Order: sequence, then structure tokens, then C-alpha cells
Amino acid sequence: MEKEEVKKKIYELVEKSMGKKKLKSSDIQKTISAEAGISRDEVKDALKDLIDEGKLIYTYFGGSFVEIPPK
Amino acid sequence: MPKKYETPLLDELEKGPFPSFVTEIKKAAAKSDMAADELGQLEKSYRDKRGYWKHGGIVGVRGYGSGVIGRYSSLPDEFPNVANFHTVRINSIAGFFYTSKFLKEACDIWDKYGSGLTNLHGSTGDLVLLGTNTENLEPIFAEFSSRGWDLGGSGSAMRTPSCCVGPARCEWSNIDTLDITYSITQEWQDEMHRPAFPYKFKFKTAGCAVDCIASIARADCSIIGTWKGNIAVDQTEVANYAKNGMNIQEEIVNMCPSKCMSYDGKELKINDADCVRCMHCIAKMTKALKPTGEKGATILIGSKAPFVIGATLSWVIVPFMKMEPPYDEFKDLIRKMWEFWDEHGKNRERIGELIIRKGMREFLEYIGVEPQAQQVKEPRRDPFFFWTEADLQK
Repeated sequence: MEKEEVKKKIYELVEKSMGKKKLKSSDIQKTISAEAGISRDEVKDALKDLIDEGKLIYTYFGGSFVEIPPK
Repeated sequence: MPKKYETPLLDELEKGPFPSFVTEIKKAAAKSDMAADELGQLEKSYRDKRGYWKHGGIVGVRGYGSGVIGRYSSLPDEFPNVANFHTVRINSIAGFFYTSKFLKEACDIWDKYGSGLTNLHGSTGDLVLLGTNTENLEPIFAEFSSRGWDLGGSGSAMRTPSCCVGPARCEWSNIDTLDITYSITQEWQDEMHRPAFPYKFKFKTAGCAVDCIASIARADCSIIGTWKGNIAVDQTEVANYAKNGMNIQEEIVNMCPSKCMSYDGKELKINDADCVRCMHCIAKMTKALKPTGEKGATILIGSKAPFVIGATLSWVIVPFMKMEPPYDEFKDLIRKMWEFWDEHGKNRERIGELIIRKGMREFLEYIGVEPQAQQVKEPRRDPFFFWTEADLQK
């Protein structure tokens, strides 16, 4: 699977969870790797890109989570 | 700058013989509005007997999920200069060996962008800078990173590893604590800056069992230097200690936890087979006793401050491991432990708590370490190991 496609899947997962459940980085890695049949390292790498691009951010609420930045 | 707030309760903390953090905040308040409001809010907290800080939220520098701890005042109208009062953690250097040039630069940066208050070092081991606003975070990061420094760990991540001064200043260090700390830091940059664990994970490395860095009480993974050989005894020096007033029977022999020593008034004898390498005798009689033979480390897991369960001390997982660069055996072991934690850990559950919940046997099976006598923390009270069906078939 292309990296851009993995990034899209991650973004959609985080977007879908907004307001329902805060996702940890490991939740995203587990879910996407199982869904897409790719390694967790590939998911981690795509997630890293999304964070570096500022499309997703880390937040802290008693634990560290990945979320979409506020507009 | 004129005095902004009356602080009768905080003033009480300046009395007495000890240094006072109030005095230091007052010094900073003379030139920083932020420090002045911090003082005002703190006085109000003492008066009202409650804290006014909120913690967490959305704050950080681009690409990092660690290193900045968001703090906000719950009284922003009353104390506007501390409406945001974020903490910045700078990755400390192994053994805390700074140049005065760097310390001056760090203070100048902090005077420019922050409250001027620092915490050198925080209990985390980081160089902690206390109080800045959100807009200044990126410039602060740029200033430090352009000088070769990086942010430390925070949140559900590997925290900034720390160590004792080790071989740099101490002849009793059995391992190169500084190099181990540097190697861990470089190896796991992502684990430190991009939080992906169930909760925090701390490494602390001590050169010997004296454990000057208190790793056994403060680190999820304590690496404590030890040795395999005998303790070499210089009987002439033993006699000198006795001549100079040391009560060897009381202070050394009776204090030995495994009772492996004896002293007849002339000669100190050690039954090395029973020695548990606690370092008590060596630390007391540095000129007379010395470890010999192969050097390495004991790897322990699981200490933490009270939270889900009470405070715990680390317990032994690997009694002896050679610690030589590039530390592959150690790093592979840690990766397996993290896998186990990632697989089974709940949100905000430390690895030690997970081991208590799942059982030591399951943990050891997963990481591929054989049960050993040294792993039993409390003999006859807390057996970790039970027969399995497979064992009974044998």
C-alpha cells in the first residue's frame, strides 16, 4: 500500500473518532496495520509524516493522544 | 519593578536557615511580570488552600509530542501574565556535565522568552524551564536546537534517561553509565519524542549498588552496575581502618545483609559465594576493599511512585548482563518488554503494574528470560512460579 493511502486511512480514523474516543498512537498503529494488512512500522512512518506536516498533533489529557488540530 | 502583590504567607517560607524558592521567585519577579504573577497566584493558593493550575491540553512544538507540559492558570483574569505558564523540558546531558557557557546561554534564552525561573534539575532529570506562553515555544525550541540541544521526554513516552556520574568521577562504577545513557537516548529518539506507550517509561543507570541516582525507586528500568568476581581485601588497610577508630564488627560485618563476612580483630574474611554485591562494605572501606572480575549490570524493572497501586521498587529481571557498546542484548530485551506492555497494557498502566496484574511468569515467558532465584523479590511470601500442565507431563 502506498504511503499516501496509509496517511489517508490514519487521518480518516482519527477524524471518525473525534468527539467519541481519543486515540493513542498505538491504537492507530494496531487498527490500521490490522485493517490494511501492513506492518506497524509502516503505519508509524505514515503517522510521523502526518504529525510533521501538522495535519495531526499530539495532545495530553492524562495520557498522550493523537488528534486533529483545532481550526 | 515595584512589588505587585503582598505575600505574607509566602514570606514565612523565607525564614529559617534553608534556601527558599520564594526568595528566588521574588528575585525573578523584580524583572519579570510572569514571575510576579506566579508569586501572586501562589500566595492566593496558600491563602485559599487550593491549587489554581490546570495541566495538559494542546501544546507543543511541531513534530513533537513530548518536552512541553501545558500549564494554564484557572484565574487568567486575575493573573493574566500566567494565563499560560508552560514548562519546557530540555534533554539533560548524561551525568549533568554542562559548560558554564551553555548555562549562561540557557538562562539568557529563558530570560528572553520565559519567566526566568528554572528547575535545575527536575526530579525527571531534565533541565526544566518553568513558565512560558504558547507563542514562545517554537522560538525557544529553535534557540536550543540551533545550539545542539533537544527537548526531553514527557507524556506517554520514554522519558529522558538519566544516570549517576559514573566513571567520569567515580572509581567504583562497574559500567559506563554515561555512554549507556547516551546510547539509549540516541537509539530511541522516536520513543522519546513521539509518545506511543500506554504510559511513561523511565531509564536510570547507576554505576554500582550504592545507586546514587536512586534508580531502584525511580525508574521503570533500573540498570545497576555489578561484578562477578570476588571482593579483593587489603588486610593492611583493614588494620588502618581499625586503628583509626572504625568498629569493623559493628559498622561492616554486622551490617552485611547476607552475613558473608567475619572479623577476628586481625583479619577480615569474606565468603564471596554468599555476597549479594550490595556495596555497603566497599563504600565504607574504600581503601581496603575492591570488586574484581567481570563487570556488568543487573537489569531491574518496575519501580514507580504511588498511582494505580502504591509505590513500588524495581525487581531483578536479569541478574547479570554484560554492558558493552552497542548494548544490543540489552536493547533487544527492552524491545521485548515494550512489546509485552504494548500488547497487554491499559491506558496509564506502568509496566511494573502490568507485571503485577498479569504475573511475572507470563512476563518472563514473553520476553524469553528463564526464571532465576535472584528474581524472587520476597522469599516464601510471593512465589512467581507455578507448575504448568506441560511441566507436570515431564
